[in-house]
Amino acid sequence: MSDKEALFEYLIRLGDNSLILSQRLGEWCGHGPLLEQDIALTNVALDLVGQARIILSYAGEVEGNGRSEDDLAFFRDEKEFRNNLLVEQPNSDFGATILRQYLFDVFQFYLYSSLSKSRDERLKAFAEKSLKEVTYHKKHSADWVLRLGDGTEESHQRMQSALDELWVYTDELFEMDEVDQILIEKGIAANPEEIRASWDKDVQSILTEASLSIPDTMGYMATGSRKGHHTEYLGYILAEMQIVPRSMPDAKW
Amino acid sequence: MISLKYDIPFIHSLLKEVKDPEIPVLNIADLGVLRDISEENGELVITITPTYTGCPAMDTIEADIKSVLNTHNIEAKIITSITPAWTTDWMSEEGKRKLENYGIAPPAEKTSDKSFLSGNSKPVRCPLCKSEDSVLLSQFGSTACKALYKCRNCQETFDYFKCI
Repeated sequence: MSDKEALFEYLIRLGDNSLILSQRLGEWCGHGPLLEQDIALTNVALDLVGQARIILSYAGEVEGNGRSEDDLAFFRDEKEFRNNLLVEQPNSDFGATILRQYLFDVFQFYLYSSLSKSRDERLKAFAEKSLKEVTYHKKHSADWVLRLGDGTEESHQRMQSALDELWVYTDELFEMDEVDQILIEKGIAANPEEIRASWDKDVQSILTEASLSIPDTMGYMATGSRKGHHTEYLGYILAEMQIVPRSMPDAKW
Repeated sequence: MISLKYDIPFIHSLLKEVKDPEIPVLNIADLGVLRDISEENGELVITITPTYTGCPAMDTIEADIKSVLNTHNIEAKIITSITPAWTTDWMSEEGKRKLENYGIAPPAEKTSDKSFLSGNSKPVRCPLCKSEDSVLLSQFGSTACKALYKCRNCQETFDYFKCI
């Protein structure tokens, strides 16, 4: 694999995570349990779209085939997407959404902190800027995990069910393959092992304080997104996201 | 001495007519969105930076810049840069005053304080009655850059421009 191919693949992974999670959060628009949280989730979604735009634009340039951010977002099929399985999981109730958000926010926080030292200037600038917003996301989601986990009997039960469902998708965030190796050696990518250590510490601490228990998945952890193998949910997400430009590909705004 | 083709101070004064589409009392210089005006190889280059990565106002701001320059038959290349990252520290004092008069509480501290993230932040002054007895309702408000507060004194809610 060439350096260029590795970088493109790495950028697509970053961009697709932001894009798909943003799309999921957008589904909450107008359906939030409280006005303030409806606005919060959609604001986070907007920050994530901004991230996706910057990274996918860069990815298109790196690839060098003339694909724009829009081409990459709207005209790729499921198998070409590289987002982690966690972000395509259903919104379910607000508790599940905010727990999924928290697990992802902590991951992005340490990932972008590390990428802020990347030798790739564009990636470094992107990480420095996005980290500021991600810091706010993380504070918001952590506060809600605590509030709901250590809340009423019902909120606690819903949070525990959500954690039982989502935990199997967490290992995948820290997978390492040839793409990572090539870029880590060049000082461009972050080291998943280091991020994992920080993530574990943070997450254990908050979950404990929220009186939530990490489920025993009996050694099983979901995987596959690196090869474009996704859960059945991604197809539906893409259908909704891509229908307009695919129906009228020549349309101009 | 090389004479420049463009009158940079004049261009700067023109660009101060470009307002933030969401907060029309502020211009792009007040906000620190306008980063640089320079001349490169006889071409006028204007550099702007987004406040938040997903800021939807950037396209409008770029169009408005082109429009204002057009009325003076000036063409420019507009570059959007994300580095150095925009910070509320770049907001001018005049900008903060304009914000408060408009009804939005300006950023209460410098980002180097960092206390805004731990929850031990400086009290936020109500832009209406000026009381400091206000409480955070939500970290996210009507736009990505704002949070929602309530004044316990006059009971009104107001937007707060977050420190970032």
